Amino acid sequence: MNSLIIPVILLILAGFAYQVGLRSSLKAASKAPDVYMHSRPSYHGWLAMLRAALPALVVYLLWHFFGSSIINPMVIETLPAAQVPEGSLERDALMQRLLNLATGFGVADEAPDWQVAGSAYMAQLYSYGRTITFALMATVAAIGLFTSWRNTTPQTRARNKVERFITIALFACSGVAVLTTLGIVLSMLGEAINFFSYIKPADFFFGTTWNPRFATTDTESQSGFGLLPLLSGTLLIALIAMLVATPLGLMTAVFTSEYASDRVRSIVKPLVEVLAGIPTIVYGFFALVTIGPFLNALGAMVGLEIRATSALTAGVVMGIMIIPFVSSLSDDIITQVPRAMRDGSLALGGTKSETILKIILPAALPGIVGALLLGVSRAIGETMIVVLAAGNRPVLTANPFEAVSTVTVSIVNQLTGDQDFASPQSLVAFALGLTLFVMTLVLNVIALVVVRRYREQYE
Amino acid sequence: MNNATRPNSGLDGFASNEERTQHIASTLKRRRSKETRFRFMGILAVALSIGLVGILFGSILAKGIPSFWQATFVLDVDFSPELVKLESPKPVKEPNESPARYEERVNEWANQLNFINWNKLLLESVAKVLPESTENPRAVLEMFASSTRFDLRNMVIENPDIIGKTERLDLVASANVDVWIKGNIDRSLPDNQQQISADARKWADQLYAEGVIENMFSTVLFTNSDSRSSPATAGLLGAFVGSLMMMVVVILLAVPVGVAAAVYLEEFAPQNKFTDFIEVNINNLAAVPSIVFGLLGASVFIIMLNLPMSAPVVGGLVLSLMTLPTVIIATRASLKAIPPSIREGALALGASRVQAITDHVLPLARPGILTATIIGVAQALGETAPLLLIGMSAFVANVPSTPLDPSTALPVQIFLWNGNELRNFFEGRTSAAIIVLLVLMLTLNSLAIWLRKKFEIRW
Repeated sequence: MNSLIIPVILLILAGFAYQVGLRSSLKAASKAPDVYMHSRPSYHGWLAMLRAALPALVVYLLWHFFGSSIINPMVIETLPAAQVPEGSLERDALMQRLLNLATGFGVADEAPDWQVAGSAYMAQLYSYGRTITFALMATVAAIGLFTSWRNTTPQTRARNKVERFITIALFACSGVAVLTTLGIVLSMLGEAINFFSYIKPADFFFGTTWNPRFATTDTESQSGFGLLPLLSGTLLIALIAMLVATPLGLMTAVFTSEYASDRVRSIVKPLVEVLAGIPTIVYGFFALVTIGPFLNALGAMVGLEIRATSALTAGVVMGIMIIPFVSSLSDDIITQVPRAMRDGSLALGGTKSETILKIILPAALPGIVGALLLGVSRAIGETMIVVLAAGNRPVLTANPFEAVSTVTVSIVNQLTGDQDFASPQSLVAFALGLTLFVMTLVLNVIALVVVRRYREQYE
Repeated sequence: MNNATRPNSGLDGFASNEERTQHIASTLKRRRSKETRFRFMGILAVALSIGLVGILFGSILAKGIPSFWQATFVLDVDFSPELVKLESPKPVKEPNESPARYEERVNEWANQLNFINWNKLLLESVAKVLPESTENPRAVLEMFASSTRFDLRNMVIENPDIIGKTERLDLVASANVDVWIKGNIDRSLPDNQQQISADARKWADQLYAEGVIENMFSTVLFTNSDSRSSPATAGLLGAFVGSLMMMVVVILLAVPVGVAAAVYLEEFAPQNKFTDFIEVNINNLAAVPSIVFGLLGASVFIIMLNLPMSAPVVGGLVLSLMTLPTVIIATRASLKAIPPSIREGALALGASRVQAITDHVLPLARPGILTATIIGVAQALGETAPLLLIGMSAFVANVPSTPLDPSTALPVQIFLWNGNELRNFFEGRTSAAIIVLLVLMLTLNSLAIWLRKKFEIRW
C-alpha cells in the first residue's frame, strides 16, 4: 500500500476538522449575539483539528510502531515449535522472511509449507490489524469532531487549550536535546558493554598494543585492543594543537579587542572567522598536501627526520583550525572585563600592555581557561585532519615527528568497510566512542561551568 | 614600583617626589619598548592567522583551478554506416503506449548497439589527423577516457539520424593524458614508471601542439557522478545531489525543532533545575565531537531501526541531531536581542503570551532565525566524519533519485578522491571539489553575514 495515503487522509481530516470548529464557533456566536466569544473563531478551528486529527495520528503511529510486536508472537505460536529458532536474531530474520512472503514481496528460495501457512496467517492478522486501526482512527476522529461540533459555546476556552498544546509541543522540542544525549549514552553504553563481554575492560583501558585483526576469534588476537597507544596519540596531537592555537588565538583576541581600531577590527575578525567556517576535510587535505611536505622539507634542512604524515603535521593544522575558536571566545571574555578595571590601571600610569598583562588577562583568566578547555575538547574529537594527516600508526610514542593514530581515527577504521556489527572488531568503536564522549563531556562541563561563573562575576 | 633595596622612607619606598619621578622616567624607555614589543606580537599573531588563511586558500586554488580545465579531444568523428550498423530503426512512441513500455522497447533496440566496435570510430577519427597512429592502436585508445565509447553509443541512441554524418565532438582525454599535458608527472621518468606508453605520450604532445587536444572547461565535473572505470570523467553531481537531499532533511527537521526549543527555553521555560539541565545538555551537545553523532547514527538508525546504509535520509537525520544545538543557540541569541518592551507592549494590549510571541517576537526575530538556519546548514554541509560511519563512504556511481538510495556527499567525495591511487590526477580533482565546496560554504556564510547586517535592528 502506498505510504503516502495515510498522511494525505490525515491532512484532509485536519483541514475538515478546522472548518468544523470554525463553523461551529460562528454558529454559536450567531445564536447568542450579545455574549462575547472567549476565543476567536480560528482558535476553535485549531482546537477541533487537534481533537480530531491528533488522536487519529497517535493511533496510526501506535499501530505503525507496535503492530509487528503484537502480531509476531501470535504468529510464532501457530508455527511448529521445532521450527522456531532460539536466538532472537534468527527469530527476527524468520519473521522478516514471513513478512516478505505475506506482503507478496517474495523470498529467494522455495518456502516450506509451514512458512507459507505462517505467512498466510500473518497476512490475515495484518489485514485485521489494519482494519481495526482504521476503524479506531475513524472513531477517535469522529468523537473529536462531534465534541467540537456540539460543545462549542461562547464560553469555550479554545485559545487557552490550543496555547497549552503549543507550549507542550515547544517543551517536547527542547526535550529532543536531552533525548539525543540519552541516546548517545545509552546506545554507546549498550554496544560497549557488548564489547566488554568479549574483551576484559582492563585489557582495553590499560592495554599497550592496538592491533584489532579482523576475522579471527582466537584468543591471541584479542590482546590487541589496548587503548593507550591511541590515547597517547590523541593527547600528543591535542597538545601540539594547543601549543599552536593558544598563543596565536590569544594574541589575536588581545589585539582585536584592545589595540585594533574599529575599522581594522571589522576587517580582521571576519577574516579570522573564515578559518572557522572551513570544513575539517579541507584542513585535512591542506595538511596532507601542503603542510606535511613543508614540515618534511624543513626537517630535512635542519637534519631532523619528520615524516610528512605525523603527529606534528596533524597537530599544527589542527591548531590552525582552533585559532578562530580560541580567539573569538577569548575576545568575548576580554571585552567583558569591566571598563573600570582597565581605566583604573591606565589612570595609575600603566601602559596598555601592562594593563593587559597584569589586570585584564588575570581577571579574564578563568574565562580564558574555559575557552582553552573547549579548544582541547575540539582537538580531541577532531577526526578528518587526523584521518588524513596523522599517519595511522598506533604505537605508544611521545615523538611528535612520528606517525601516530588516535581514538577518532580508530573509530573510523573499525566502522568503515563491510563488516559484521556484532564482532568485537566493530564493537570496539563504540567503546572508543564512549571513552571519547566521556573525555569531552568532562572537559566541556568544566569549561562551561568556569565560563558561566566568570560571566556571572562581571554581570 | 616597590624596591626593597631602597630606604623605606616613603610609602612606596621612595625618599622624595623627585626620586620617584626620576625612577619612573628611567624605567619609561624599557616599559615603552616592552609596549611596542607586545603590540608587535599582537600584529604578528593576526598577520600569521590571516597569512595561514591566505596560504590555505592559495595552495588549494593553485592546485584546484587548473583542474577545472581538462585535456579534451576536438575531433571529427565519422559515424560511418559501415561501422555503425543498425538492423532496425529506433522504435517510435505509439500514441497510447505507456512511457515505461516505450523505454523497454528502446532498450531492447539499443542492445544491438553494444556489439558495435566504437573504438574503431575513435581510431579512424584520430588517423585522419595523425596518419601514423594506425601503427599502434592501443596507444591511441589509451588516450581516451574509457567512457568515451558509451558517450558515442548514447549519442546514437539519442539520435540515430547521426549515422552517416561526420560530427565535430569534444571527447574527454584519459586522466593520464591530462596529467602528462599539464606536466603533473615527472616527464623525465623512465618508460616503465610512466603511466602511458611512449607513443601515446609523443602523440599527446603532438596533438596538443596542433590544437586537436585542447584544455577545455571540464563540464563533466558538474554533470557526471563518481566513476571508477573512467577517472577522467568522474564528477560531483551524485555527491552534490546527496548533499542537497541531506540539507533538505536538516532544514525540515533541525530548523523547526531547533526554533521551537529555543522559543521554549527563551520565552516559556521556568527557572528550575530541569531547565538548567536542558541548557547544560544543549551546550554540551554543541561541543560533542561530530564523530560521536556518527556512532549514534550507526547504532540507532542502522543497527536498531534497520534503516538503509549510505542513504541521504539517514545522513540527514544524523546531521540534524548534530546541528540542532547550533540552531538552538543561534536562535536564542536572536530572541534575546529583542527587547522585553515588545513583549510587554503586546501583553499590555491583551495578547496572550503565545500571541505575543507568534505575532510580535517571531516576526522580529525572523532574520536572526534565518541566520541560524544558514549557519546550521553550512555546518552540516561541511561535515564528513559522521557520514563515514553510516556507510556514505561507499562508492556510488549513480545520482540518487530518492532519499533512500545509496549516495555520498560533497565532503565525503573529497575524502574518497583524496584516497584515489591515481594521485597525479586526483590531487587536482580533489582541490577542484574542495573549491566547489568552499564556494558553497562561503556563499552560505556571507549570506548569513549579509542578512545579519541588512536586517540588524539596533534597539
